[in-house]
Amino acid sequence: MAELWFWLLALVLGVYAVLDGFDFGVGMLHFVVAKTPAERDTLLRSIGPVWDGNEVWLIAAGGTLFAAFPALYAAAFSGFYLPLMLVLWLLLFRGLGVELRHQIDHPLWHQAWDVAFSAASALLALFFGAALGNLVRGLPLNESGSFFEPLWTDFRVGELTGILDWFTLLVGLTATAALAQHGALWLVLKTSAEIQRRAERIARRSWPLLVVLTLLTTLASGAVQPQLLTNLSRYPLGLVCPLVAFAGLLGMRVFLARSAQRAFLASCAFVLGLVGSAAFAIFPHALSARVPGRELTLEAAAADAGTLQVMLCWWLPGMALAAAYSYFIYSRLPKVFATGGEEH
Amino acid sequence: MTALGLHRFQFAFTITYHYLFPQLTMGLALVLVVLKLLAYFTRDADYDVAARFWTKLLGVAFIMGVVTGIPMEFQFGTNWARFSRIAGGVIGQTLAMEGVFAFFLESSVLYLVLFQEQKLGRRLHLAATIALCTGTWLSGFFITCTNAFMQHPQGYVQDAQGVIHLTSFSALLLNPWAWVQYAHTMVGATITGSFTVAAVSAFYLLQERDRQVAQKMLKAAVLVGTVAACVAAFPTGDQQAKLVHRYQPEAFAAMEGHFHTEVGAGLTLVGQPNVEQLRIDNPIRIPWMLSFLTHQRWDSEIKGLTEFPRERWPDNIPLLYYAYHVMAGLGSLFIGLMGLSSFLLYRRRLFQTRGVLWLLMLAFPLPFIANTAGWLTAELGRQPWLVHDVLRTRDGSSENVSSGSTLFSLLGFMGLYAMLSMLFFLLVTRLLQRGLGERQAA
Repeated sequence: MAELWFWLLALVLGVYAVLDGFDFGVGMLHFVVAKTPAERDTLLRSIGPVWDGNEVWLIAAGGTLFAAFPALYAAAFSGFYLPLMLVLWLLLFRGLGVELRHQIDHPLWHQAWDVAFSAASALLALFFGAALGNLVRGLPLNESGSFFEPLWTDFRVGELTGILDWFTLLVGLTATAALAQHGALWLVLKTSAEIQRRAERIARRSWPLLVVLTLLTTLASGAVQPQLLTNLSRYPLGLVCPLVAFAGLLGMRVFLARSAQRAFLASCAFVLGLVGSAAFAIFPHALSARVPGRELTLEAAAADAGTLQVMLCWWLPGMALAAAYSYFIYSRLPKVFATGGEEH
Repeated sequence: MTALGLHRFQFAFTITYHYLFPQLTMGLALVLVVLKLLAYFTRDADYDVAARFWTKLLGVAFIMGVVTGIPMEFQFGTNWARFSRIAGGVIGQTLAMEGVFAFFLESSVLYLVLFQEQKLGRRLHLAATIALCTGTWLSGFFITCTNAFMQHPQGYVQDAQGVIHLTSFSALLLNPWAWVQYAHTMVGATITGSFTVAAVSAFYLLQERDRQVAQKMLKAAVLVGTVAACVAAFPTGDQQAKLVHRYQPEAFAAMEGHFHTEVGAGLTLVGQPNVEQLRIDNPIRIPWMLSFLTHQRWDSEIKGLTEFPRERWPDNIPLLYYAYHVMAGLGSLFIGLMGLSSFLLYRRRLFQTRGVLWLLMLAFPLPFIANTAGWLTAELGRQPWLVHDVLRTRDGSSENVSSGSTLFSLLGFMGLYAMLSMLFFLLVTRLLQRGLGERQAA
C-alpha cells in the first residue's frame, strides 16, 4: 500500500513538474523570446488561464504527502526549512507577477512585474531541481530520523552536505535547462509569428546543451547514489522511467520541425521521465541517507494501512475530477496572438 | 523569544494575515452570486454593472489569498514537524481534500469568472460564479474540519509512540464541532462580504456618484448583512459558546474572565483581567446573565478558572479574554448597525440619511477585526494544546529548526506581507476611484 502511494505521489509531482514546468520555462524566456512590452503581455496571456491551476498540483501533492507519509513530510519539510521558505517567497512573486502586471497600465509597473516573474520562475526551476538532487543524493539524517540542511557548506558531496553542492547544482541546472526547453516548446505551440519563431530557434539551439546536461546528470546520479544501479538490477521494470525520458529528449528534437504538438508532448514525457527516474533512485526508501542504515523506509514514513486505504477511496475519484477539469481547460485553451485577439 | 515562541508567532502572524483575504473572497463570492442571480432573473443591467465591479475586486483579493495561502500548508511540516508526524495521518486528510476538491475547482473557474463573461454568456457565467463560490466555501469547510479535529478530536486512537491514527473517517467529517464552527465562520465571512459591499455603496452614495447602482448594491448588502449579523449571534455563536463550555471549560472560563465558581454568575462586558490576583479590574457586569446564557437558568452554577489545574489553563488569558470580548462586542454592534439600516431601508430613508451612510462606510474594517478576534479566541482557547487533551503545543514544534532560522523566515514574511498590503491598497483604491459606471466586459 505504501509503495502504491509512493508512485501515486511521484505521478502527481511529475504532473506538477510538467504543468507548472512550462510556466517556469515561459518565465525564464520572458525577456529572451519577448522583446517588447506587448510581446511580454502575449507570453503572459499564453499561461494566464492555467498557471494557477497548475500550481494547485503542487498543493495537492503537498497535502497528499502530508496525509499518506506524515513522517516523510515532517522530516523533509523541516530539514529543508530555508530553501522551502525561499521557494514560498518565489512562488509569491511569480503569482503576483502573472496576476498584477495587467492591473495597471504603466511601463514601470510592467517592468517591475516582468522582472519579478522572470527571475522567480528561473530560481524556482533551479531550486526545485536542486531539491530533487538532494532527495536522490541522500540527506544527512541523524539517528532520530531528522536533519537540518544549511543552504551550502563546502559544495562537496560529503556526509554533512548543504542544499547546494556540485551535484545538486548540476541537477538544478539540468532542471532549469529542461524547463526552459519545455517552456519554449509551449510557446511554439501556443503563439504565432515572431514570438513563435524565436521560441523555436531557442528550442533548436539549446537542445544539444540539454542533452549534455542530461547525460552528465545521469552519470553523476549513478556515481553519487549507488542505490540507482542496485535498483536497476533488482527492479528492471524501473528502467522505463529513464527510457521515457530519453525517448522524450529525442522526440522533442525530431518533432520540432514537423509538429509543435508532438514536440511539446515529447517534452512532457521527458519531464515526467526525469521525475520518475528520481523517484526510482529513491525507491524503496522514502528518504535516502548519506550514512547507510539511517534511511527513512516507506513503511516507517507512511500512515497506517487503514488510513491509506480510506484515503484511496476519496483520493482517486477526487483526482479524476481534477484531471477532468484540467482536460476541459486545456482542450479549450486558444492560441494567443500578438495583436491581443484570440481564436479557437 | 524562544524557538517555540517564534514558531507560534510565525504561524499566528501568517494565518492571521492570510485570513484577511479568504474571509473577503468567501463573503464576496456569496454576494456576487446574489447579484448575478438578481441580474439573471430581473434582467436589470444595474446588477450586472455591480457584479462586474465586485468580480474585479474579488480577483485582486483572490490572488492575495492564493499567494499567502500556500505558506500555510507548508508550515505544518516546516515549523511543526513533530505535530505533523503525530497527527498527519488525520489532519493531512482534510488538508489534502481541500486541495483536491476545492482548489482544483476554484482555479479552473476563476479565469472564466474574471475574464470570460462575454464568451460564456449569461447562463454559463452565472454557473461559473456559483462554482467559484462553491469552491471557496468547500475550502472553508475542509480547513474548519481540520481545526475542529484539533479543538475536539474525534474518530482516532493513539498508539504507544503517541502517533494518532484515524479510525473513523465519517467521525472526522461529521465532528459536531466542525459543523458549528463552520456555520459560525462562514456567517462571519458573509458579514465581511456584505459590510464591504455596504461600505463601498455608502462611499459612492455620499459622493452622489453612480447613485442608481450603488443604491441597489446597498440594498442587497443590508439585507444579507442583517441576516448574517443576527445568525452570527444566534444560533451559531450561541452554539459555539456552548460547545466551548462543554468540551473546553477552562477556555470558556478564561474567555469570560470568570475566575471563581459562582451560582448565578454575571456576564462581564468590560474590564481588565488581572491574572495575578485572579479577578477582573474595573468590571461592568450584567448580573446572572452568564448563568442564563449558558444554562437558560438564572441560578445555575458556572465553574471558574480556579476549579481547574493550572497546567490546563490557556497560556495567554488576557489576550484570550480581549479577543473574545472584541468579537462579541463588535458582533453586537453589527446587529445594531444593520438593524438600523434595515429599518431605514424599510422606511425608504436610508439613501438620504447621511449619518448612517457615514457609519456604514467607516465600519468596513470592523468585520475583519471581529473575524480575526474570533479565530484568536478559538486558537488561544485551545492552548496549551495543539490537539486538545492529546498533544501539547510545546511537544509539536520542529526541534531541528533553530530560532535563528525561524526569525529569518518570520522577518521575511513580515516584510513581504507589508509589501502585499501596500499593493492591495493601491489596487483597491484605483478600482474605487474608477467607479461603477464603466460598462465594460473583459
